[in-house]
Amino acid sequence: MVPEVVPDNEVLVSFRGVQKSYDGESLIVKHLDLDIRKGEFLTLLGPSGSGKTTCLMMLAGFETPTHGEIRLNGALLNHVPPHKRNIGMVFQNYALFPHMTVGENLAYPLKIRNFSKSDIDAKVMHALSMVKLEKLAHRYPAQLSGGQQQRVALARALVFNPQLVLMDEPLGALDKQLREHMQMEIKHIHDSLGVTVVYVTHDQGEALTMSDRVAVFKDGIIQQIDSAYNLYEAPVNSFVASFIGENNTLEGEVQSLQDGLCQVKLGDGIGLTAKAVCADRAGARTTMSIRPERVRLNGASEQCANRFQGKLQEFIYFGDHVRLRMDVAGNPSFIVKVPVSELDGSWSVGDSIALGWNPEDIRALDPLNP
Amino acid sequence: MNAPLTAADGEPLKKKLAREQRLKQFKAIALVAPLGLFLLLTFLVPITSLLFRSVDNPEVVTALPHTSQLIRSWDQRGLPSDAVYSALAEDLARAKTDGTLADASKRLNMEISGYRSLLMRTARKMPLHVAPGESVRDHFIQIDERWGDPDHWHAIARNAKSWSPYYLYRSLDLRENKSGVPELTPVNERAYLSIFGRTMWMSLWVTVFCMLLGYPVAYWLANLPKRQSNLLMILVLLPFWTSVLVRVAAWIVLLQSEGLINSGLMALGIIDHPLQLAFNRTGVYIAMVHILLPFVILPSYSVMKSIPPSYVKAAISLGDHPFAAFWKIYFPQTLPGVAAGALLVFIMCLGYYITPALLGSPEDQMVSYYVAFYTNVTINWGMAAALGSLLLIATLALYAVYSKLVGTDRLSLG
Repeated sequence: MVPEVVPDNEVLVSFRGVQKSYDGESLIVKHLDLDIRKGEFLTLLGPSGSGKTTCLMMLAGFETPTHGEIRLNGALLNHVPPHKRNIGMVFQNYALFPHMTVGENLAYPLKIRNFSKSDIDAKVMHALSMVKLEKLAHRYPAQLSGGQQQRVALARALVFNPQLVLMDEPLGALDKQLREHMQMEIKHIHDSLGVTVVYVTHDQGEALTMSDRVAVFKDGIIQQIDSAYNLYEAPVNSFVASFIGENNTLEGEVQSLQDGLCQVKLGDGIGLTAKAVCADRAGARTTMSIRPERVRLNGASEQCANRFQGKLQEFIYFGDHVRLRMDVAGNPSFIVKVPVSELDGSWSVGDSIALGWNPEDIRALDPLNP
Repeated sequence: MNAPLTAADGEPLKKKLAREQRLKQFKAIALVAPLGLFLLLTFLVPITSLLFRSVDNPEVVTALPHTSQLIRSWDQRGLPSDAVYSALAEDLARAKTDGTLADASKRLNMEISGYRSLLMRTARKMPLHVAPGESVRDHFIQIDERWGDPDHWHAIARNAKSWSPYYLYRSLDLRENKSGVPELTPVNERAYLSIFGRTMWMSLWVTVFCMLLGYPVAYWLANLPKRQSNLLMILVLLPFWTSVLVRVAAWIVLLQSEGLINSGLMALGIIDHPLQLAFNRTGVYIAMVHILLPFVILPSYSVMKSIPPSYVKAAISLGDHPFAAFWKIYFPQTLPGVAAGALLVFIMCLGYYITPALLGSPEDQMVSYYVAFYTNVTINWGMAAALGSLLLIATLALYAVYSKLVGTDRLSLG
């Protein structure tokens, strides 16, 4: 994938041809070209072992690239020791110093930078007010809840005004409700400070809600780097499509290509029209992906170019919507999302229901099982 | 008023609950009882009897009951009254036959040397035939003129009660003067204060060496991959599986003048005459540090193992130099384990006997050596118990100071 061309003065960090190996036998980061823009919220998303944390650690300076260059503001960073990089970092377990109070934790980076006592006090109070913890400056980390510790860690990474803040799965240890609350809070702090954030997570929901851009990692390679909307609506390959959000797949063979669309023959001989993304020649195997909410049922499907009959297997109730598991074109776990208001009371398990979708909504990607 | 809640069968709920609780408590006590009994018999009883023996002083009261009783009302000036002399005559006559005299004379001999022969000689002249009108006192002085010396009567008076601080005072180089106030013994008679001092001093140095050598090893072990650290942990523990006596003997073989180390160094031409490594302080330190090292390494290791590496990384990312980050962030967090190990080593050192006894010179013997000496050689239970009790008290006092400074709740053995 060719990286987008960004003017140099907007780039804060650039990775060029970066590779990393721990054992000399396999590459955990295979080839990384990445520009991080000033002020953006970039998320590195991927399953564990995909190389995203290694990239973050190379940027922080705790790992050195086996090959390639990392530049910060144009200056080569490879041989700058981590304590001279001036990059804030929030760790997964917060890493708050247990023998220091919240105030002392926050004052730590300021004392190293030889600020005066009054400056330190002012900056610490300002950082604490940013995360709404002014009253807890004299508590020890063990006396705080998980969410409060998380905020302190965030404040500590920001208190010395770094231009870049790295976050390594910072919300992993919080429960769902608190995690969602903190996601918004981190987002708001990012917006108000204009600081550049590189955020590592394996939670795709977190990546979509918070980021300006998301880089999806797999096997040490960035599969796609794009806005949340584009990742979800226009995944460039089967991995991204299946990793981000829910998705139904159909396997087939490309028959012909025309105007960005392709005719695909499914395993049981049925044909359909799909948007050609990876399918580049007739005769190629392809895995097609369609989001559950893009499938239309009964009357609504009459206008669609692709029409099928699905056999209803199961109702799965989610409160605001119902998922129908159906057997469609040889895929027994084809999911269709139906808002509760549009649910037809006469449906029952075993019924055959007409369904369909537009060719633009189903994307012919690379074969998942070549 | 609410009626007390009752269970379904009408019995008050509280009563039912209390019965249930009692059963649980009984089970807990039954589980602990065997160990409790064992500790009572093997730990509490011996310790109590040790503490008791350090002030126990039965010999004179047993042998000279009448004299002891009468001499208590003596005003301690001049010589006691004739009644005391007659009581002594009576007591000696009886003690001679029932065999309690030997212990009493041995005890009094500790106060004034020559007292044993004085008592024996006087006892041989008993019973005394005193004609009416004659003074018993004169008879005694006639037998031996020392009976006219008040000091010899002070000695009896001091021991006329069944307990005495004598052994404890002796262990601290103190003695009672005539008015019963403790004072330091003359310089040339002092011994135990310097032995206690030496015991503390040597223990301190062994602890310091153990910490200096053990801390880096523990750090290294805690940061190695699990497989390698397990293997090395076995090497650390290996000395535990060998008897202390064998290890000390091995050190003698290694350290003596013709030992492996000296002959090796001489063969290499590094030294031309053997270094004095055994039978002095150096040898004792080497062997004790070697034996006690695991006690520092193990608690330090287990505490270090629980400190995630992200703390130091966080400090570095905040701009601190790695060494400063280690000192300010990592080291303070390891203190509970290191302190626990150090306390363990120090307390074990205080009671060390076999290593100094085998590898040290007479100048390197610690308190335990003298406890053993008094129990095995001179059979002086009072001194042995007093030295042991003082060592116990010193240990407890140090522990109290230490827990005040460090806080025992912060100690961690892992």
